[in-house]
Amino acid sequence: MATKSICLYFQVHQPTRLRLYRFFDIGKDSHYYDDFANRTILRRVAQKCYLPMNRLMLELIDKNKGKFKIAYSISGSALEQFQRFCPEVIASFKALADTGKVEFLAETYYHSLASLANESEFRVQVEKHAAKIEELFGVKPTAFRNTELIYSNGIGEMVYDMGYKTMLTEGARHIMGWQSPNYVYTGETQPKLKLLLRNYTLSDDIAFRFVQNKVTAEQYVGWMKENAKEGDIVNLFMDYETFGEHQGAESGIFEFMKALPAAVLKDGTFNFVTPSEATKKYKAVSDIAVEDPISWADEERDLTAWLGNELQNEAFKKVYAMTEKLSIVNDPELWDDFGHLQESDHFYYMCTKFFSDGEVHKYFNPYDTPYEAFINYMNVISDFQIRLDEKRAALDVKATVAEELGAKKRKKK
Amino acid sequence: MRVLMFGWEFPPHIAGGLGTACEGIVKGLAHNGVETLFVMPSASGDEDQSATTIINASDVAVDTMAETVDEFLDKVKFIHIGSNMVPYADPEEFGKLVEEEKKRQVKDFSISYGQKFKFSGKYGANLMEEVARYAMVGGTIAMQRKDEFDVIHAHDWLTYYAGIAAKELTGKPLVIHVHATSFDRGSVDNIDTRVYAIEKRGMEIADRVVTVSDLTRNIVISRYGIDPAKVVTVHNAVDFSGRENLQVERGVKEPVVTFLGRITYQKGPEYFIEAAAKVLKRTKNVRFVMAGSGDMMNRAIRHAARLGISDRFHFTGFLRGADVQKMFALSDVYIMPSISEPFGISPLEAMRTGVPSIISKQSGAAEVLKYAFKIDFWDVDAMADDIHALLSYPALADFSARMGYDEVNALKWNGATAKLKKVYESVVK
Repeated sequence: MATKSICLYFQVHQPTRLRLYRFFDIGKDSHYYDDFANRTILRRVAQKCYLPMNRLMLELIDKNKGKFKIAYSISGSALEQFQRFCPEVIASFKALADTGKVEFLAETYYHSLASLANESEFRVQVEKHAAKIEELFGVKPTAFRNTELIYSNGIGEMVYDMGYKTMLTEGARHIMGWQSPNYVYTGETQPKLKLLLRNYTLSDDIAFRFVQNKVTAEQYVGWMKENAKEGDIVNLFMDYETFGEHQGAESGIFEFMKALPAAVLKDGTFNFVTPSEATKKYKAVSDIAVEDPISWADEERDLTAWLGNELQNEAFKKVYAMTEKLSIVNDPELWDDFGHLQESDHFYYMCTKFFSDGEVHKYFNPYDTPYEAFINYMNVISDFQIRLDEKRAALDVKATVAEELGAKKRKKK
Repeated sequence: MRVLMFGWEFPPHIAGGLGTACEGIVKGLAHNGVETLFVMPSASGDEDQSATTIINASDVAVDTMAETVDEFLDKVKFIHIGSNMVPYADPEEFGKLVEEEKKRQVKDFSISYGQKFKFSGKYGANLMEEVARYAMVGGTIAMQRKDEFDVIHAHDWLTYYAGIAAKELTGKPLVIHVHATSFDRGSVDNIDTRVYAIEKRGMEIADRVVTVSDLTRNIVISRYGIDPAKVVTVHNAVDFSGRENLQVERGVKEPVVTFLGRITYQKGPEYFIEAAAKVLKRTKNVRFVMAGSGDMMNRAIRHAARLGISDRFHFTGFLRGADVQKMFALSDVYIMPSISEPFGISPLEAMRTGVPSIISKQSGAAEVLKYAFKIDFWDVDAMADDIHALLSYPALADFSARMGYDEVNALKWNGATAKLKKVYESVVK
């Protein structure tokens, strides 16, 4: 009987890329998205990754008779694109959900940084996402993962307050120190919130170093055993697009995944658990203090990929400064655009860390330079602001008219 | 390492950017422990000689270069004083003409033998003659100082003949430095073929060709057919030491977008005007300035008038000295939409003044400036968008100004000349 566990969780996200939006368009054309690029990319990734990988996961779950389990977090932005451009992906995730061996995690609907900006917006997005998951897959998420595994004590408190008792984050070296990510921890200021920490060494061995590692499933089980000599659980968290997209099929990554469950089960050291099962099964060994937010990105494992220069900070400030006015106007179309404009990817494109992680940034970036990303985004925001202001002004006019009418009526009486 | 360097001008008396670059290079080389003898056609005596020894070609009599005039002409057979074109000639007649030409050259040369030649050192009508005479004097200097240098370095086509003469007579390796090519001076089908011939000759005979950008390197390889293996890019730098940024009082309250340079086809002035019109359609809260003069200036003025933007689009005419600094200090955005620019030092000046710069991808400077905005010269929409963004989004202007300032301060001749030193070492046996 295996006493240790592996928790496999895959992140599924596609940004709603903006079209080339020149300042000439401001106030004239309020369609912001590059539908062609979004459709093309989504269909390509669906063919290369989502569909074949979902098929493989379903096959492995069937074959291992309930012993192979996985978890997904699928952003609302990605789900919307599946529905629009490739509905069969939704169907294949539904089939996975129906096995009962797959856990779907909660996150912000728009894969946003709302947790860092505005608590009520954060809550709204988390609820919106949970509702969408339930609608599509018939399950209610019980564990939470924030955008890019961003976590801090404060965020943990908000998450627990929303009813989630399990949260996933990064086993960042500067936070963990000598402690191993292979245990369950709790929040420092919210001890009832259980934390699962990503084992970045083993996760990145697949996500980033698969080709250079040339590792077989059996060898990888050996690495996990070595790494988890101390500890209860190995948390392998990675982008789903690792399989077939970042690492092409020719790399042998599908064969590796196909062989992994059998290799793990045959060895007998580990079994598979989903995040919510993991925090039930294992006792927390300690709390983890995280005052400044951490994430799973770049060497720094902090927020600098999204909020690391004044361009990003300015754009971030500008977009969230509109929240109050939006609530007053409460227009569904504006809410929808506001949501998509919050996707963390837009800020990631403005990153000016040219050197250390520049290559990774370039790979995920439709813009040649951070300047272009910023200008394009701000042009869109400028148009959005005009629409918002117009609607707000219209409300005032309506109120005035109503007031005048009321006054007239009263006079007549 | 000791270098015999041929230039055309040297500060303080300069007409273009070449002299400034040469000063930066000799100073940078001195820093890297390389001694230079800097030959120029007409020195005034007030040049800063702290980093180099200046040799005034006008002071040197042609006398000690070779045993005989014939031998010299044999070695430096390409030099023609006064270029005679013979469009139609049968082989026999051609042979006769060549003989006559040779005799004429010997005669011509004999006259100059033992004499000094007073160079103008300018870019005047008898430029070709000066170039040829410079080669003769250059050869003389090289022979006189044969033991004082290891390598010859010639800057731009005006000095290539001098460099070649020095190489042929002393057998020492030649490095030529391409600051610009004929293709940066005229459009592709309208280049000066005599200059092109001199450039090509220089590049072929040189042991190494140094270009100021990869853009220029590609031109040297593709348009002059030079072996890529011997063409090396050493990006320009700029010396800002001792420079204080001017404090100026602004006359207009609107932000100013500036173009500063020769108003010629190569600099892309028309694209700037078109972009300005696009921005002005959107906002009136901006002014555009085209500073400089050139053969397209009148056309540019008519262009702006035709677009109905003359009230917001201003021409200053040619600016000199402190006025250039002042113009930068008055600017909020600098733009260099050049169609072809071997390097382009002006955006560095602008960024040093804290002015965000938009430059064309068709400029060598675009290869080194990370924090400049880069657009295709023809993409007036992108140009207009960048201008608008810099005026509308303060965070962008602040960020690019701050990062750009740090960036250009880090572009030092010391680094560029260290690379140059490696080039010398690769050819000196």
